[in-house]
Amino acid sequence: MSVARFWRKQQNRYNLIGNQCTVCGKYFYPPRGFCPVCRRDGKIVEHQFKGTGKVVTFSIIRSSSGNFKLLTPYVLAIIELDEGSRLTTHLVCDIDKVYIGMPVKRVFRKLGEEGSSGAIFYGTKFVPA
Amino acid sequence: MREVAVIGVGCTKFGEKWESSFRNLFVEAGALALEDANLSGEKIDEIFVGNMSAGRFVEQEHIGALIADYAGLATDNIPATRVEAACASGGLSFRQAYTAVASGMSDIVVAAGVEKMTDVGTEVTTDVLAAAADREWEGIAGITFPGLYAMIATDYMHRYGLTREQLAQVAVKNHDNGAKNPNAQFRKAITLDTVINSTLVADPLRLFDCSPVTDGAAAVILAPLERAREFTDTPIKVLGSGQASSTIALHDRKDISTLDATVAAGNRAFKMAGIERKDIGFVEVHDCFTIAEICAIEDLGFCKKGEAGRLTEEGQTAIGGKIPVNPSGGLKACGHPVGATGIKQVYETVKQLRGDAKGRQVDTDIGMTHNVGGTGATVVCHIFGRK
Ligand SMILES: CC(C)(COP(=O)(O)OP(=O)(O)OC[C@H]1O[C@@H](n2cnc3c(N)ncnc32)[C@H](O)[C@@H]1OP(=O)(O)O)[C@@H](O)C(=O)NCCC(=O)NCCS
Ligand SMILES: [Zn+2]
Repeated sequence: MSVARFWRKQQNRYNLIGNQCTVCGKYFYPPRGFCPVCRRDGKIVEHQFKGTGKVVTFSIIRSSSGNFKLLTPYVLAIIELDEGSRLTTHLVCDIDKVYIGMPVKRVFRKLGEEGSSGAIFYGTKFVPA
Repeated sequence: MREVAVIGVGCTKFGEKWESSFRNLFVEAGALALEDANLSGEKIDEIFVGNMSAGRFVEQEHIGALIADYAGLATDNIPATRVEAACASGGLSFRQAYTAVASGMSDIVVAAGVEKMTDVGTEVTTDVLAAAADREWEGIAGITFPGLYAMIATDYMHRYGLTREQLAQVAVKNHDNGAKNPNAQFRKAITLDTVINSTLVADPLRLFDCSPVTDGAAAVILAPLERAREFTDTPIKVLGSGQASSTIALHDRKDISTLDATVAAGNRAFKMAGIERKDIGFVEVHDCFTIAEICAIEDLGFCKKGEAGRLTEEGQTAIGGKIPVNPSGGLKACGHPVGATGIKQVYETVKQLRGDAKGRQVDTDIGMTHNVGGTGATVVCHIFGRK
């Protein structure tokens, strides 16, 4: 992912900042600038997520590409945050330990790098709570 | 709206085709379809071609024009349009062609699909396919397509108690059917043990739960029903067409194990056709992974949620069963050249309804296709009938 493209969402990725629609009350992470429920009647504000949640579903990735190739086998999971929105993440834990409903919390980690000598990207991953 | 029929079909053999280039694949499928319809090229009003990612697989964009040119149709300046919706590009290309004929805008229209995937290595292929998901919020988390469908499988197995054997039976049945399909990439019957002991790709999915990486092309020709008999004795009528969108990211679905776009597209196609589930003789579904076939059977309404595993285990989805699924061998055995798959499904359906599916024939008047883009962000369904 290009540096500019990553930079644009850096605050969201570093600090787990998403959105809330103050009209319907729904939380959005990944962030959305437009409420899919209220559409033009919605009012979107920034929201700092607590960063705790639980595993909804998961897989152990054995074959991957790019930045993730060296991490195989790794746990890929969908997390439901306490506020109710869901995201996909690399869950940093023993591949035998993950289960549906497992409590997790966010951590600040390296996400990858651009090419072999390029910029390093940081952001949020999850670990068992 | 006018009634529309398919008057000719063509399909290349699917597989790892080192000897064929992107453009050769398309030209081969197009020529077969024209020959089948007894049609010469200059009679074509318009071409649609489904293609997911020639830009990354063969570093070629502007596919519409390329194809018109190499099919010898640029000399007549015949318009050609590329259609893209990831793995549903082919189904969507068919729907665009259908709309063009039904509206009266065009008479003789080609709907094609093509993908050349093996000019790059598996690692690049994995990354190109990952672009069918949300690059910024799924891609960055390390998803792969097998991984996304594996998360559906984990959720589904946990909630409905689907067994490893039931899931494997999807692949066994599709390899059985593919063994009887001369165009299939894998023409070999396999056992439950083959699937269960194959390499893990993304738990719980193993190598034989996955569709492979494939080169191939398919083309079909549509015409107004009232003109169809000028070209063929066995026109196959389009009875219903449905398309639907859902969230690009799997994590935003209300229910991880239900492709709500399949439910919507299926319902729309059935409503338009004015028929019931029990009227369908067979269905070609998008089994990019074994779990995808399980979900498709249910989400299209052929059984209740949680029952497709048992249906499969009992042989009800095999040819001769209550609702034969993927008589062609599906994506699993035929292979999955992503942009071509949706058109190959139409090809198979037409062959079946004409009674030309030797060795894997289902005896029926009505068949259905179901083509999925990504994890279900786009779904296209069509229902066909022998008049
Ligand atoms: C599963 C997958 C990763 C395997 O790729 P791979 O490890 O590079 O496999 P290779 O091409 O090296 O093939 C190794 C062997 O397995 C076989 N093979 C490959 N894929 C296969 C499959 N899906 N089913 C059965 N056999 C398969 C090959 O024929 C080859 O056999 P051989 O050694 O006898 O020649 C790859 O097929 C894949 O990514 N599939 C999913 C495609 C996808 O996501 N499509 C989009 C869906 S929405
Ligand atoms: Zn709202």
